Formats: sequence, structure tokens, C-alpha cells
Amino acid sequence: MLGYALRRLFGVVPTFLLIVAAAFFLMRAAPGGPFDDERTLPPEIEANLQAAYGLDQPVPVQFARYLGGLVRGDLGPSYRMKDFTVAELIGRGLPVTLSIGAAALALALLLGIPLGLAAGLRQNGWADHAAMSVALAGIAIPNFVVAPVLALVFGLQLGWLPVAGWEPGSLRHMALPVITLALPLVAYLARLTRGSLLEVLQSPFIRTARAKGLAPGVILRRHALKPTLLPVVSFLGPAAAGLLTGSLVVEQVFGLPGVGRYFVQGAINRDYTLVMGMVVFYAALILLLNLAVDLAYGWLDPRIRHD
Amino acid sequence: MAAGPLLEIRDLAVEFATPRGTVRAVREVSLEVRRGECLAIVGESGSGKSQLFLGSFGLLAARGTARGAVHFDGADLLGADPGPLCAARGTRLGLVFQDPMNALTPHLAIGRQLEEVVLDRGLLDGTAARQRSLEMLRAVRMPEPETRLRQYPHELSGGQRQRAAIAMALMTRPELLVADEPTTALDVTVQAQVIEVLREACDAGLALVLITHDLGVVAGIADRVAVMYAGRIVESAPVRELFAAAAHPYTAALLASVPRLDTPVTVRLADIDGQPPRPGEELPGCAFAPRCPAARELCRTTQPALRASGERSIACHAPLVDIGAPR
Amino acid sequence: MAGSTPASAMTDGGLWADAGRRLRGNRAALAAAGVIVLLVLAALLGPLVSPYAVDQVDWTLNPLASPPSFANGHWFGTDGNGRDLFVRVWSGTRVSLLVALLATAVSVVIGAAWGATAGYLGGRIDGWMMRVVDVLYALPYMFFVIILTVVFGRSLWLIFLAIGAVGWLTMARIVRGQALALRGREFVTAAVTLGLPAHRIIARHIVPNVLGTVIVYATLTVPQVILFESFLSFLGLGVQEPLTSLGRLVAEGALEMETAPWLLLAPSAVLALLLLALNFLGDGLRDALDPRQG
Repeated sequence: MLGYALRRLFGVVPTFLLIVAAAFFLMRAAPGGPFDDERTLPPEIEANLQAAYGLDQPVPVQFARYLGGLVRGDLGPSYRMKDFTVAELIGRGLPVTLSIGAAALALALLLGIPLGLAAGLRQNGWADHAAMSVALAGIAIPNFVVAPVLALVFGLQLGWLPVAGWEPGSLRHMALPVITLALPLVAYLARLTRGSLLEVLQSPFIRTARAKGLAPGVILRRHALKPTLLPVVSFLGPAAAGLLTGSLVVEQVFGLPGVGRYFVQGAINRDYTLVMGMVVFYAALILLLNLAVDLAYGWLDPRIRHD
Repeated sequence: MAAGPLLEIRDLAVEFATPRGTVRAVREVSLEVRRGECLAIVGESGSGKSQLFLGSFGLLAARGTARGAVHFDGADLLGADPGPLCAARGTRLGLVFQDPMNALTPHLAIGRQLEEVVLDRGLLDGTAARQRSLEMLRAVRMPEPETRLRQYPHELSGGQRQRAAIAMALMTRPELLVADEPTTALDVTVQAQVIEVLREACDAGLALVLITHDLGVVAGIADRVAVMYAGRIVESAPVRELFAAAAHPYTAALLASVPRLDTPVTVRLADIDGQPPRPGEELPGCAFAPRCPAARELCRTTQPALRASGERSIACHAPLVDIGAPR
Repeated sequence: MAGSTPASAMTDGGLWADAGRRLRGNRAALAAAGVIVLLVLAALLGPLVSPYAVDQVDWTLNPLASPPSFANGHWFGTDGNGRDLFVRVWSGTRVSLLVALLATAVSVVIGAAWGATAGYLGGRIDGWMMRVVDVLYALPYMFFVIILTVVFGRSLWLIFLAIGAVGWLTMARIVRGQALALRGREFVTAAVTLGLPAHRIIARHIVPNVLGTVIVYATLTVPQVILFESFLSFLGLGVQEPLTSLGRLVAEGALEMETAPWLLLAPSAVLALLLLALNFLGDGLRDALDPRQG
């Protein structure tokens, strides 16, 4: 198991470096520099600024310095929000984004998996068709449509929940964002679990279990559940990535001061270092999540472990 | 000694609903298995031999239905009351399937899969269950049985998995074991070992139904043989009589196609011309008629009924051997 | 192998006939197809039917943003600038559909070419080409596109290209699978024996045979692309003024939802309906082709 884990870890590093390099060189390829928007500066001051930001060095050297900074956790200063470094901004936004994301993931798992199992056990019954159609709607309709509509209905018309804003620890402020973020994932998990269950139930080893006269509940829990959940576990990696992109919208619509909001603002304002830093951060996060998922998969399926 | 057969199948029909129409895999088959006997069911793929027993024991795939009466020691397995079937499966009735590679649950240890049969029903306690598992693994000649208990299916070879499956079916010391092509996926040396295991069980009083297409295996172990073609039984007889003088042209052709060690190398291997009917194909007369060298006009128009005389039965308008009048 | 013709054998008639039959039996998919046709017609004809033009400001209204009414011909109402929402919604739909079609075409071309080449050439080239696909697959594509918009500005061409590039990965994988399968068939061996160069074989023999699958998956890519474009437009990084798209309209509507909820609800409803119908249809197509259902 340890060998498997180490091998997966080593596989992740080159991908990460590739992403950082791609993002970095893309940034450097951008026309114009960070100071173009400002008043035209006298050449000496501009030269000093260039030197201060390290922009007068050859590009490979800049890349090396950037990597060095990464190792120390320094992602550089924000070009637009002059008082902050990128790392500080990430630090501020992270608790918000993570709490919403984790809550949404938990909610989705708690709702989606049982829903999928129930639908699969009542295959082709009306409950199954209804649940799967609703699930399809959940997947098809984008979160940036759902979010404002939910805010409109539950926030403005009914007045049950706050429409926007954030207070640390306030469940009421978390409710709508978490639900919006979780909905497509619930739908996807339900469909995935149902499909997986139906496939597993056709397996030869389930027929053996039935032939052994085991009770249906036992067959489901002891024999069918783990293989059914395997695809769900491997889906958690892309699911987490989906939650991150979803958070961009949710934070925008509900005015949450999270990492996603900074990212979009950075993109709109052309704040290069901020955007770059965010990408590096997101990439690291996703790669780590995928790694965790791979390890969980190895734990669940003995065949992978012994590879 | 209890009277009556252990397993009695009456007019069993198994059908599958497909988008292209209904496929009849088993067509009104009647069969008996006596206590302690070894019955071999022989036929090509698609003859319905597997579906016959899957249907009898409620193990058909999703789109299949079974009609007819199946009695196990007098109790109706396919009736409205699911009780007898649930009680029989896994206790007095054991099943082994033909795909050893996937027949065991991949994430459970072998020992766990063996023991759950007796533990769940409260037949044995933990220690006794462990002992029984070891006893069964030794009975099937599994190398290193103690280690196997802790291992997972993917750590065993195909032959070992098949033996584990047989051990699993024997855990409750059933009265009837149905083994569907237990040796097909195995290499020849392992085949011999597995057949040996089954024969020992049979000698010890177990009733065995062996489903196979391998006549060589049949000769070594069976007491009686039933030959199936296109969903029907075409002939059944005690093994020696069948091999000595097959009555049905299909059986004769099958026997002729088995290569013998003393056949000269230059002689062509015999085979049977043509193909069996496709699933779902309905023929008005005898299903074998298109390929039968002895076919007459009657064979093509009228379905021959299965008629019995003593220990033999035959469904043919032009049998090669006269089995005598019904007795 | 008895029975296969040496000419470019289209996947045998039985498979497509079965698929067609399954699809026609799927009422949800058929209904969805009908909805899509209606929406496309509305997008094409809607702006023609309304008395108002896209950017026309109706100064007669007070306030400028007014709710839907039949009386003054503003069937969906007007926005904060007095522009008719009905016309804007259908114009936006046109843009969304146009971007979707063009971007899907881009993804089909890139993906099919990549996959066909990788599958046909096989071996290590195939390995490397698909390794690239795997790495790109693992990354949230969204972020790279956003960087691209930051770096290169928000031109419409960039949007097409970037969005089209969303679907090419899946397309490449699917086409590569098909190409690998086709590589062993007799008509390909015949072409190779005749000495045809690789690119000719790929273009003349491989591509026509994967066309059926490509068409189906292209249909499945369209809703993805629409979603992507709306997402970017919603965030302000997609289609820019004077053009509008459904995503932009939803974003604008969200800002005004307290005072003018119709501005949010009309484009949301149209977008949701469009995506829902496309997904139901795509699901139906996928089920129809899945041999396991047979």
C-alpha cells in the first residue's frame, strides 16, 4: 500500500510542474505589462519598477525565481491589489471556499448515494424514472441559473434566507450557496450510483451470492456495495474539480469573499500574478485531491493494492 | 430410504423477452434427479442446459421468466411461496457456475465467503465454521488451505478459484450439487483433479448434476446422462447404455466426434454438419432435422415427443436403436 | 472471416437500425428533440415577429424597465435601458447556438483528427498522443480558458477556439478507440498493401467509418459547449457588447432581480429548457447506441 502511495505521489509532481510552467509562460506571452494602465511613467521609474518586480531578468531566470518562491510559499505580489501578496489573498479566501465546498460535498454524498441506490433497487419503477429525470435536470441546468433563481425565491420572495453576504460561522448565510453548489453533484452521484449498482447486480459473483441463499439485504451490503461505490470514489476527483469551478459562480452570485471571487476579479482586472497564483493553487489542490482519491480507491479494491 | 426423486422438474419453460421477440431457451423440459445419483446433462452451447437449472432455482437474469413445476424433496420451489426456495438454496442445494474467474466476490477474503453461508443461518458458530471451511478446502484438495482463507480471489489461480467455489457449495453438506461446466475454463490436469473431487463427493452420497459438453468427463463420473438440443431433452439413458448404443442421431454424432487415442492420425475428425438453431428461431418439426442424416419427412413437420421405456427415453421419429415399448 | 466486404464497410445496418428503433421508442428523447426544434425556430423567427429591434430603446415607458405585457408588445418585458427583452433573449439564443455549432465543429475537427491519427498509427505515437489527452483531461479546463481570456483579451474568435477545445478530448478518445478497431479490418490492410500513404488512409478510409459515432458525440458536445459559453459570459469573460448571449442576460438579470425579476426569469427559462432538452436527447442517443441494452 505504501509503495502504491509513493508511486502515485511521484507521478503527480511532473504534472504539477507542467501546469505551472504552462501558466507562467502563457502569462509572460501576454501583450502589455502590468503597468500599462497607469499613467505613463518616466523611463527611470519604470525601469526601477521593472527591477523591483524582477521583470528585467531573462524569462527562464524569472521562471526559476518563481519556482523558488513557490517552494517558500511565496506566490508574488498582486499587481492590482497593491497592498496584498497573492498568498495573503488566497489565505483570506480559502476558509470561505473550503467550508462551502466541503459542506456541499458532504451534502451531495449524503443525498446522492442513497438516492441512487434506492432508484437502482426499484429499477424501471415510476420512482426510478422520476428520480433520474429530476437528476438529469440537476445536471443540465447550470448553477449560474439555479443560484440567482434560488436567491430570488428563497431570499427575496419568501425571505427565509439571506440573499448574499458572509458571516463566519453563520449557517444561514451558508445555506443557499451550499445547496446551489451541491445540487448538480447530488444529481450526478445519484445517476452514477444507480448505474453502477445495476451493473454490479448483473455480476457473476452476485449470482453466486444469491445461489448461496444469502438474504437480499446481506447481498447488497456485504457483496454489492463496495464494488458499486468504486466508480463513485473515482468520480470524487473530477467532482472536487467541479466544485471548484462551481464555487466561482456561487461566490460571485452570493457575494462570498472566497478564493473564487478573487480569481474572477483578477481575470477581469488582468491581474496577472493573482490569476497565475490562483491557477497554481487550484492545480495543486486538484492534484492532491486526485491523489487522495486514488489512495482511497486502492484501499477499497484489494486488486489495485497488490499491483 | 425416502421415496421419490430428490429433484423433480415438470414441464419447465424458460423464456427471455428481447426487443426482437421472445426467445425460448428451455421448452417444456421434464427431468428427475434421484438421491445419490450423478446425472450428466450434455449439450452444445445454447442448448438450454444452463438455463434449465438457473430457471429451476430462481437465478435467471433480469429479463428471463420460468414457468412450470420444480419440486425439491416434495416442496415446490417455483410456487407462490418463496419459503421452500429460500430454505433450500445454500443449505440442501449447492450450485457451482462455469466462470471461476468472476464467481467469487473480489473484495472479500475466501474464508469470509466460505463461512458466511453457515454463519448467517446460525448453523455453526465462529470456530466451528472456520473448521468446516478448512475441512472443505482440504476435501477439494486446495493447496495450503490455511493461507487461502485469508487470501482474496484474485490471488488464486483459475483452478483454485473453481475449487474454492465447489468448497463453498459443499459447506452445508447439501444433498444436491449442480455444477455447470465446472472444468471448462481449466487446463487438463486441473480438470482431472476437479472431477476427482466431484466423484468423491458423489461416492459419499451427494446427488450431483453435472452440466457439460465434454463427453469424456461424462464417461468417468456419470450414472445417467440426459442429452439436450435446442431447449429440449432428446435422449436420456444410463451411461453405459448410452455410450454402447445411442438411440438419437444427435447423440450418436456427438459420440462419433470425440477423438480417440487409437484413431489413426490420417483419419479426418468427424464433426456434425450445419449449425444449431439460433436463439429465438422456431422450427415446426424436430430441431435437429436439418442436420440429421436419418431425417424423414415426418421429422421436418412434427415435433417428436419424449417417450420413455424403462431407464431410457428418446424423442425421435427415427431412432437408431429401438429402446423397447413403454414399460 | 466469412462475409465482410473489402469495401469500406459501414457499421453493419443492424446496429443502426436497432439504435434508431430504440431512440424512437424513447418518448422523453423525442419530446426533447421537439423542444429543441421549437427553440431553434423561435430563435430564428422571434426577433422578426416582434415589433421591436434588438437595441431599440423604448422611450415611451416609464420607468424604462417594465414588466411583461401583451398590450405594449413587450412580451418578456424590458430591461433597465428600455430594450425589449423578448428580442434580446432570442438574439442571445442565436448567438449561443451559433457559438455552440462553430465551437462543436472545432472540437470535432481537432478531436477526430487527433484520435484518428493516434488510433491508426498506434504504438508509441499513440501512447504519447493519448498521454497528452489524459493529462489535459485531469485539469479543470475552465481555468486555462480563463487565463487565455486574460492573456489574449476577449475576442469572439478566441471564445470559439477555447470553447471548441473543451470537447476535443472526449472526441479524441472515442475516435481513437474506433480507429484502433478499424485498423485491423481487411479494407485497411488492403489500402496499406496498395501502398497508400498514412494520411490518405486516415482521410479516405478511417474517417468516413467513424463518422456515425462522431456525429452522435458531436450532438452530446453541443450542450457542454453552450454551458461553457454561458458560464464565461455570465462571469463577464465571454461574449461582449454589442452582442449578447443567454449567459450575459442571466447575469444582467441577476443584478436586477430585486426590482425586475422578469429580467432573470426569461433568459433563465430559455437556457434551462434548451440545456435540459439537449441533455435528454443526448441521453436518449447514448442509450440507443449502448449495445448492452440489446
